[in-house]
Amino acid sequence: MAKYLLLKHYRGAPTPVNDVPMDRWAPEEITAHVRYMEDFAARLEETGEFVEHQALSPGGTFVRYDGEGRPPVTDGPFAETKDLIAGWTVIDVDSYERAIELAGELSAAPGAGGKPIHEWLEVRPFYGVPSTITE
Amino acid sequence: MDDVLLRSLTPSVLGILVRRGADFAAAEDAVQDALVEAVRVWPVDRPRDPKGWLVTVAWRKFLDATRTEAARRRREELVDEEPAPGAATAVDDTLQLYFLCAHPSLTPSSAVALTLRAVGGLTTRQIAQAYLVPEATMAQRISRAKRTVAGVRFDQPGDVATVLRVLYLVFNEGYSGEVDLAAEAIRLTRQLAAAIDHPEVAGLLALMLLHHARRAGRTAPDGSLVPLAEQDRSRWDTGLIAEGVEILQAALARDRLGEFQAQAAIAALHADAPTAEETDWVQIVEWYDELVGLTDSPVVRLNRAVAVGEAEGPRAGLAALAALDDSLPRHAAVAAYLHERDGDPETAARLYAEAAEKAPNLAERAHLTRQAARLNARLRR
Repeated sequence: MAKYLLLKHYRGAPTPVNDVPMDRWAPEEITAHVRYMEDFAARLEETGEFVEHQALSPGGTFVRYDGEGRPPVTDGPFAETKDLIAGWTVIDVDSYERAIELAGELSAAPGAGGKPIHEWLEVRPFYGVPSTITE
Repeated sequence: MDDVLLRSLTPSVLGILVRRGADFAAAEDAVQDALVEAVRVWPVDRPRDPKGWLVTVAWRKFLDATRTEAARRRREELVDEEPAPGAATAVDDTLQLYFLCAHPSLTPSSAVALTLRAVGGLTTRQIAQAYLVPEATMAQRISRAKRTVAGVRFDQPGDVATVLRVLYLVFNEGYSGEVDLAAEAIRLTRQLAAAIDHPEVAGLLALMLLHHARRAGRTAPDGSLVPLAEQDRSRWDTGLIAEGVEILQAALARDRLGEFQAQAAIAALHADAPTAEETDWVQIVEWYDELVGLTDSPVVRLNRAVAVGEAEGPRAGLAALAALDDSLPRHAAVAAYLHERDGDPETAARLYAEAAEKAPNLAERAHLTRQAARLNARLRR
C-alpha cells in the first residue's frame, strides 16, 4: 500500500475543461457538487482507502524569521502568487494506477450545467517508511 | 505475557470455530469478543486451560450473535453437531487460516490486514497504527476482506506462495507504530514453519531472521541509514544469524530451490562475512544468477549488477547495468555508486542527486543527498 495526496488548486493548475466560476453556477449545481465530493469520500471510507481530507481557505500569509529576539516578518496574501492550494484528499491504495483512477473520479465532480468540471488534480506520492530490506 | 499467549492462541481458536461450522466473519468477531473478555477476566481468574476457555467463550459469543430467526434454526443444528471441546487438530486449523487470510481473491493490503487480525490476533487499532491509517479505514478493510472470503470453502488447500508473499509484505513494512511488524511477521512465519514442511517457508523464515539480525547495525543513533559496508558488525545478532543459517542449510539440502531460499543465501553470505571486504561476492553473484532464473525480476537484475561490480570491478558492474531500464527504482543510486568506484566523481555526484530526488523514503533521500554533497565538496577543493 502507498499513500497519495490528491491536491486541488484554487489557482496554479491548468484550466479545467468546464471552466465556469462557482458563483455563476445554479444553486442546485453547487449542492450537487458538494454531494459528489462527500459521496467520493464516503466511497473511499467504505473501500478502506480513505486517510483524510481537508479544505483550505484561500487567504494565506507568508511568515519569515527575522533574527534573534525579533518577531517574525509577515507579508501577503499575494494576489500574484501563482499556486494556491484549495484542499486535499489523502488516500492509501494498492497501486499508482488506482491513485490515478481515483483522482480521475474526483475530477469528474459536476459543475456548471451539471457537467463534469474535468478539473486538473495533482497526484503526489508520500514518502514511505524505509523498508526492512534495503541492501 | 497474556497478550503474547492470547495472540498465539487466536488462530487455532478461530480455526476450531470455523471447523464447527461458524462462518468466518462471525467466528472472527466472536473470537475478538472472547479476547476482550480474556483481557478482563484472566488477571483475576486465570483459567487452567486458556485455549479451552477461549473456545468455550468464543463459541458462546458466536451463538449469542447469531440469534436472529433465520440463524436460530441453523444454530440449533450446529449445537447438535457440536464436537466435544478439546485439543484435537489445532495445527491444521491454524494452517487453513493462513491460506484463507492470504486468499488470491483479496488485494495485498486486505490480505495483510486480515492476516494480522485473524492469524496474528492484533487489534484493529494496532494494525491501523502500524500502517498509519485511521482505525475506521482499517476496520473497513478488514470487514471487506472478511466478506470477500466468506464464501471460500475452508477445506480447500491454499497456495503457499501467496501466504509467503503476504508475510513478506508484513515483514518489509518496517518498524512503525506500537507493534513491531517485522517481529510479528517472524512470529507468524515461525508458526507456519512449525505447521507445514516446505523448503520455501523455511527459506522465508531464514531470510527474515538474517535480515532481522542486522537490524541494530542498519541505522545510526540519529536514525540515518548506515550502508551495509559501513555497519558495525559487532551489533549484529549472532544468535539469529546462526539460527537463520541453520534453517537455510536444512532447506537447501532438500534441493527444491525457490526465490526465498536464494535470497536468504545471499543474506547469509553477507551475515557470515567478518568484514565487508571479506564478503564472498563471487558466490553472491552466483546466487543472483539463480534468482534471475527463478524470478526474472528487473529489481533482481539491478541488485545483481551491484554484486557484479563488487566481484569483477565497477566496469563490469556498469556493463551489467547498461542492459537495464534506467527508470527502475534505485537505478540511479546504483549507477552513482559504480561511477564513483570507477573514479568518476562528477558523474557520480550528479547521479546521487538524481537518485535522491527519486528516493522512496526520507531516510534514503537524506543518505543519497549526503553522498552527492560529499562528492561535490571534494570536487570543489
